[in-house]
Amino acid sequence: MDGLLREYLPILIFLGIAVGLALVIVTASYIVARQNPDPEKESPYECGFAPFNDARRQFDVRFYLVAILFIIFDLEVAFLFPWAVSLGSIGMLGFWSMMIFLGILTIGFIYEWKKGALEWE
Amino acid sequence: MISLNELMPALPEIVLACMGMILLMLGVFRGDGSTRSVSWIAVLVLIVVGVVLSSVQNGRMTAFGGQFVVDDFAHFMKWLIIIGSSFAILMSINFNERESIARFEYPVLILFATLGMFMMVSANDLISLYIGLELQSLSLYVVAAFRRDSLKSSEAGLKYFVLGALSSGMLLYGCSLVYGFAGTTSFEGLATLFKSLGGTGPSVGLVVGLVFLIAGLAFKVSAVPFHMWTPDVYEGAPTPVTAFFAVAPKIAAIALFIRVLVGPFGVLIADWQQVIVLISIASMVLGALAAIWQDNIKRLLAYSSIGNIGYALIGLATGTEAGIRGILVYMTIYLAMNVGTFCCVLAMRRTGRMVENIADLAGLARNQPLMALALAILMFSMAGIPPLAGFFGKLYIFLAAIEAGLYTLAIIGVLASVVGAFYYLRIIKIMYFDEPAEVFDRSMGREVRAILVGTTLFVTFFIVRPDIIVEGAGTAARMLLAG
Repeated sequence: MDGLLREYLPILIFLGIAVGLALVIVTASYIVARQNPDPEKESPYECGFAPFNDARRQFDVRFYLVAILFIIFDLEVAFLFPWAVSLGSIGMLGFWSMMIFLGILTIGFIYEWKKGALEWE
Repeated sequence: MISLNELMPALPEIVLACMGMILLMLGVFRGDGSTRSVSWIAVLVLIVVGVVLSSVQNGRMTAFGGQFVVDDFAHFMKWLIIIGSSFAILMSINFNERESIARFEYPVLILFATLGMFMMVSANDLISLYIGLELQSLSLYVVAAFRRDSLKSSEAGLKYFVLGALSSGMLLYGCSLVYGFAGTTSFEGLATLFKSLGGTGPSVGLVVGLVFLIAGLAFKVSAVPFHMWTPDVYEGAPTPVTAFFAVAPKIAAIALFIRVLVGPFGVLIADWQQVIVLISIASMVLGALAAIWQDNIKRLLAYSSIGNIGYALIGLATGTEAGIRGILVYMTIYLAMNVGTFCCVLAMRRTGRMVENIADLAGLARNQPLMALALAILMFSMAGIPPLAGFFGKLYIFLAAIEAGLYTLAIIGVLASVVGAFYYLRIIKIMYFDEPAEVFDRSMGREVRAILVGTTLFVTFFIVRPDIIVEGAGTAARMLLAG
């Protein structure tokens, strides 16, 4: 059990550093920076919308299009990480499997590009 | 390192996937003007895939480390799916142009849905099962809402999506329970495990997982009590899409149903038989009774398909070779009857607008005697009147049920089909004996007319050589139970 826990020690240290660093940055911005609040600055920020509003208001569907396209490529990167780490042991089969996956993804990317899903106007 | 030879069993799927992507690129670079050529190429691709399918198939083969299996059963079902998909594309060509929804994505999406169905039919593992199912469903959600500017079509797509996602969730939950209690997702592994259980029986967790799995699959075949989406989706979706929904995905889902229950869970028949019997009875009764009050022909066909799935599930409930053979024959005939009927629905058009009420068919026998005759034959066949094909479909199913000792099921089935005959015969009565309504536009395209003639001839002359299909189905069923 001890050995198992010791393997996770780097993660604990990492957590400690992350929390510490975040605390330092937040307190430093209170101490060092000039404070000049106004209502606009103090309101929570949410992607250009007023954060509290009627749920039936119209909004621009383009935000969602971009968000969905983003998620697809975001997930692709999430797949790439474990693949890259284990590339040594999964051999050529693993390599080409990912290449085929990326190829299919590229086809999708070309489609959305040609369809104009990436144009804002 | 696997050799390319190991991928051979999946060659039809690989061809289909590559061609689907090539057509997508072709369409997006050429624009919507290329819809007609993309559609024809897609039909050609399906034919080529059929040829490849016949040439690589050789006994029972697995690929991708046992995730994927090809046997006579898969072969038979894949042929039905190819026929259903190519009909769906052919029927859409003129229709989509007239309704100005001709976009090249339609044939491409049908190809991807077909690929998903192929994966479902060939799944040999809970994971490949789920991947196939999702690929199929995601393509279908989009084609259901293909007429974007129509409220009904968007509603159909959204309803199908929300309920489909729910059912996929249930199915996945069932899969995870089965995996948790059995420790494997492979069908062969599960089969070995259940055989080794002997008299002790499966744990409660496994049975709960199995029930969730059945619930998810029952949704996909639209069996009662998971049928609520069917009438709305059938009514809202564009008619060629409805024709597609009524055949290909049903065939794929019933194939998956058979493969999962008879394959790995075959030993546990005592546990799942009662569930299948219950949903089969409920589907037959609801399909027969609810359709009586429908005015809209697409809704009527939706209830009719719910009833038909009920009959097919009788064959599954037996779990015997005769039962599986009965389902395969039934689904083949069901495919022909349904596609033919939807060809007639496609022709119901007045002054450039689709009409969908049954009353609009009034007096069709005087205005368009040939179409009325074809529809009458199809309706007689659906009602199960000999010597048409529909009678034999039901005959094989009921015979299998009696052989397996499921007398209640067979009796309820016969009673439900008598009640169901009422609304099929009512359509014939309206066509032949009611005062003629206005004439339909003479706008049936060549492709649609060819499909209508072909399916009607099949339904009429099935009796001459039933052995061709029955023997193929018999071999497929034998191989499934042996493997």
